[in-house]
Amino acid sequence: MAGAQFLTVWAGCKMLRLTSIAVALCLTTASATLAQTYNRIAVAGGDITEIVYALGAGDKIIAVDSTSGFPQDTQSKEQIGYVRALSAEGVLSLSPDLLIGADDAGPANVIDTLKAAGLPIALAPLGHGADRVPTKIHFVGETLGLTAQADQLIAQYKTDMAAIKARVDGFDHRPKVIFILSVREGAPVVGGRETSANDIIELAGGENAAGAFSGWKPMNAEALIAANPDFIVMSGAHAENIGGDDAVMKRPDVQQTTAGKQGNLVKMDAMMLLGFGPRTPAAVAELMGHLHATGH
Amino acid sequence: MALAETSQHRSRLWTKKQAIFCGLFFAVVAIALAEVAIGPVPLSLSQIYQTLMGQADPMPTAIITQIRAPRMVLGLGIGLSLAICGAVLQGLLRNPLADPGLIGISGGASAAVVVVIVLGDLFLGDIPATLRPYILPIAAFCGALLVTALILGLSQKDGEMSVGRLILVGVAINSIAGAGIGFLTYISTDTQLRDLTFWSMGSLAKSGWLAVVISVAIMTLSSLALLRFTRALDLFQLGERAAFHSGLNVTKIKFTACGICAMAVGAGVSIAGPIGFIGLVAPHIARMLVGGSHRFLIPAAALVGGVLLLGADLIVRNIAPPQELPIGLATSLIGGPFFLFLLLRSRKI
Repeated sequence: MAGAQFLTVWAGCKMLRLTSIAVALCLTTASATLAQTYNRIAVAGGDITEIVYALGAGDKIIAVDSTSGFPQDTQSKEQIGYVRALSAEGVLSLSPDLLIGADDAGPANVIDTLKAAGLPIALAPLGHGADRVPTKIHFVGETLGLTAQADQLIAQYKTDMAAIKARVDGFDHRPKVIFILSVREGAPVVGGRETSANDIIELAGGENAAGAFSGWKPMNAEALIAANPDFIVMSGAHAENIGGDDAVMKRPDVQQTTAGKQGNLVKMDAMMLLGFGPRTPAAVAELMGHLHATGH
Repeated sequence: MALAETSQHRSRLWTKKQAIFCGLFFAVVAIALAEVAIGPVPLSLSQIYQTLMGQADPMPTAIITQIRAPRMVLGLGIGLSLAICGAVLQGLLRNPLADPGLIGISGGASAAVVVVIVLGDLFLGDIPATLRPYILPIAAFCGALLVTALILGLSQKDGEMSVGRLILVGVAINSIAGAGIGFLTYISTDTQLRDLTFWSMGSLAKSGWLAVVISVAIMTLSSLALLRFTRALDLFQLGERAAFHSGLNVTKIKFTACGICAMAVGAGVSIAGPIGFIGLVAPHIARMLVGGSHRFLIPAAALVGGVLLLGADLIVRNIAPPQELPIGLATSLIGGPFFLFLLLRSRKI
């Protein structure tokens, strides 16, 4: 209880190492008692939702949070709002028999209240680097009593990622890539170091052209020209929202870059690309296909 | 004859006020009961009764004692104190646009919260885990008091504090705090940014009983202390010079009243985040109902504030279950049109 509270309040404060220890402690006690059949599952976190579906338990889900948009079937589930701003009574009103969530599900006092109301709760461990997806899959499998399926999914995931890595290692060129999160107001917000975008770009055999800073930041026009990316990656839905590809590619700063001159815009589904779930190998493979298709 | 008419007139006015106060009081009680009885999880009256008797299942018990009751108490406390402070500040500054944000309460609280969320790991490493959930509220409270003290201190010149100076200093300090918030937001990480966004939206669901009881106690005590200023506030309406010549220590009253307001509102903001609009509008609604005499205005504003805030919370909890809207949205959404309606109907303004 104290662990989870600690977790959600302080997830924002970069105490990730301590946090994951707290979660791990939580889980070791929780998973022993949680392995049973659940039929009314509420999920908070798009990556966890995808894993539950991948393990074949999608029909047991009754409600998902607003970050869960895949697979299509999630549209027919109840909506419990944003993963970090759950409402205790809202969740209880659906009478779920389990709330399974991402490491940042919260807020803390809502999680505590739900526990006090007798609702079983399982929050995923954070995991790091290459292991984060297997960690999450293992956690979901253990919680739902589907360890055999989980082991299979993990093995598949590792095989796929190893195959991609072998191909990536074969390329001697690393094209420079920038992931643009949004361009709604002025300077485009791009993913720097220590972002999921950075990790995906590197896994796909690219180099993050915005690696000079960390986190999601608006990137100034001249810095963007100086970084001179070969590719621009962004969410397809967002590109449509802002008025099509030209809204990005015809920007004066983007036009000065190799990406702009050659029209190298890669549009992908944001949750698939950045969610670090079962679709990650497919996402990395797709991105790699774009980055290394033309024989750079 | 004339005398009889006047006293008859007076007694009719008095009963009208009495009726208004009775109405407001019952509205507060009714809406407070509704806040406990109505929610996304339908609970029967017998379940509520069993809970009160301590015989219910864990779920209804948790819903009533851990979710609805603390929200009701906190909502009542915040609604009351925001409205009282709004009325006091509007009277003190003789400015109908004054609200608790003006003297830096929300700006200070927000700045402190941003510092803790973004830079917290630099200096909070050694704090024991049990204290951690309370760091944000404590920081917000201290920030509110500190910035208010700064504004009050700077608006003082030669031992005098002019209202115009206070308002301008307030604008300046608030914009400096805003710039600091902007800078820290810029350097924050993704998760920190989301924490900030949710804090700044305001919600009655952020805290458990302990924090609620502490903050409501502070709010109640300071609100009661503010009731002592009703006569002084009436005199202030004649202008500060007139108030001074009536024997009031004008500067001291301004300082103490603003300081107490900062305590009351700071205690609320610290655990619920900034909740706008109530502090501005509740006093105006009350003024339309019971007139400008602070003896009536302040209690009426308090009741109106309680009704508005609990009403808003009732709406955000029930309008789109299982989700919950930010409460600031609802306070503006129901308060705004209602206020406009009163304004358009009233011939006095």
